[in-house]
Amino acid sequence: MCLAIPGKITEIYQKNALRMSKIDFGGIAKEICLEFVPEAELGDYALVHAGFAISLMNETEAQKNIQLIQEVSRFDNEVS
Amino acid sequence: MKYLDEYRDPAQVKALLQEIKELVTQHWVIMEICGGQTHSFLRHGLDALLPPQIELVHGPGCPVCVTPLEQIDKAIAIASRPEVIFTSYGDMLRVPGSSTDLFSVRAKGGDVRVVYSPLEAVQLAEAHPKKEVVFFAIGFETTAPANAMAVLLAQKKGVKNFSIITAQVRVPPAMEAILQTETCRVQGFLAAGHVCAVMGFHEYLPLAETYQVPIVVTGFEPVDLLRGLYATIKQLEAGQAQVENQYLRAVNQQGNTAAQQSIQQAFQTVDRKWRGISTIPKSGWSLQPELAAFDAEQKFEVQDLHTQESPLCIAGEILQGLKKTVQCPAFCKECTPQTPLGAPMVSSEGACAAYYRYQRNNKT
Repeated sequence: MCLAIPGKITEIYQKNALRMSKIDFGGIAKEICLEFVPEAELGDYALVHAGFAISLMNETEAQKNIQLIQEVSRFDNEVS
Repeated sequence: MKYLDEYRDPAQVKALLQEIKELVTQHWVIMEICGGQTHSFLRHGLDALLPPQIELVHGPGCPVCVTPLEQIDKAIAIASRPEVIFTSYGDMLRVPGSSTDLFSVRAKGGDVRVVYSPLEAVQLAEAHPKKEVVFFAIGFETTAPANAMAVLLAQKKGVKNFSIITAQVRVPPAMEAILQTETCRVQGFLAAGHVCAVMGFHEYLPLAETYQVPIVVTGFEPVDLLRGLYATIKQLEAGQAQVENQYLRAVNQQGNTAAQQSIQQAFQTVDRKWRGISTIPKSGWSLQPELAAFDAEQKFEVQDLHTQESPLCIAGEILQGLKKTVQCPAFCKECTPQTPLGAPMVSSEGACAAYYRYQRNNKT
C-alpha cells in the first residue's frame, strides 16, 4: 500500500479544478495529481502513490549515490 | 528506470553487506515498520545474506492487515447493497471478514470495483448520480493525503453521492505501543520512507529519545534497505539512539506540507483499533465533524454484526514482532493465499504472504 514509485513528469494541465499531469514510469504513462507538489515542473521526477505525487526526487542527493556507485565499482576493479 | 536501477546495483549491495558484516559484534533485533520493506527484504533475498546476528522482525505497517474486522464486515454489508458502487484499493478485496470477503460480494453480483486513485471514485460518483459510491479509505500517512483530497474535492464540487469508510492509521503511536509492550525485543527501527515523505520525521525524535532506540528513515530498494540497516547497526554498536535519514532523495525533515494541510482539513486524530493488536491512543484519523456527510458508516447504518476472528490466526502477534510467521501452526497448512485465515496472508505487504511467496517456510 505504501509503495510509491518514481516517474518523470511529461505533461502538466488543469482538470476538474486540480493540477494534473502525465507521468512516465519507464514506458507506462499515467494521469497523476500534482496538488501536493505545487513546485513541480516538466521533466521533474516525482514519487507517486495512489495517483498523487507525494514528493519530488532530490537530484543532488541522488547524484551522490551515483558517485558512490562509481567509487564502489572502482574499488571492485582494484581488488579483483 | 532512473531513481530505481541505481539503488539495485549488485556491487553496492555486496559492498554494503561486507560493511555490515565488519560492523556487527553482537545480536541485534531490528524492526522494519513497513510491510513494503518486509517484502523487499524477502524478494531480494537480503534477509538470507545478512550476518546471523542481525534479526529482522516485521512491523505492523500493512494497512490492510490492521484494518479492524468490524470495519471490514461493515464494508462487506455496505458493498452488498444494490444502490452502492463500492470502490477500494485492490489489496482489500481478498481480506477475510468474519464470513466472507469483498471479492465474494462481487461474485454474487455486488458492484465492487478496484481503483488506483480515490479521485477515480469521485469521478464514478459524478458519472453515476443515481448510485451511492463508497470508497474504502484505508492506509497510513502515505495514503492519507490522497484519501483526504478525494473528500475535499467531493465537498468542493458538491458530489453528495460519495462517501468513505475511514480506516486511516498513523505510524508513530503504533511504534510507541510496540515499545511499551513488556515483551518488546525491538532495539532499532527502520522508519517507513514513504510515510516520512509525507509527514517528515520530527515525530520520531521524542520516541528515539524516550525509548533510547535508533530510528532510521529508510527507502525500499536493496541499497536503501542495507544503508538503513547499516546506519541502525552503527548506532546500536556505538550506543546511540538518534533519528537519521537515509532516504535523502525523497524525504526531508518537515515532509510534504501541502499534503499535511489536506490531511488536517479532512481528518481529526482519534484512538483507533488495530486488528489483532488493540486500540492504540491517537493512532488514527477520522473525518472532521463538518465532513460527516461523507462518512459512509454514518450514511449507511449497519446492524447485527457478529465478528468472528479465526481462532488459529496469530496475525496480531506477528504484526507486533512478537512472533514470526513460521511459528504459526496454520502457516502453509490451513492458511495459504488461496485460503487465508488472516489479512497478512493476502496483502502485498503482509509478512505471511511474503514468507509464503518467497518460500521462507523452512520446509522447501
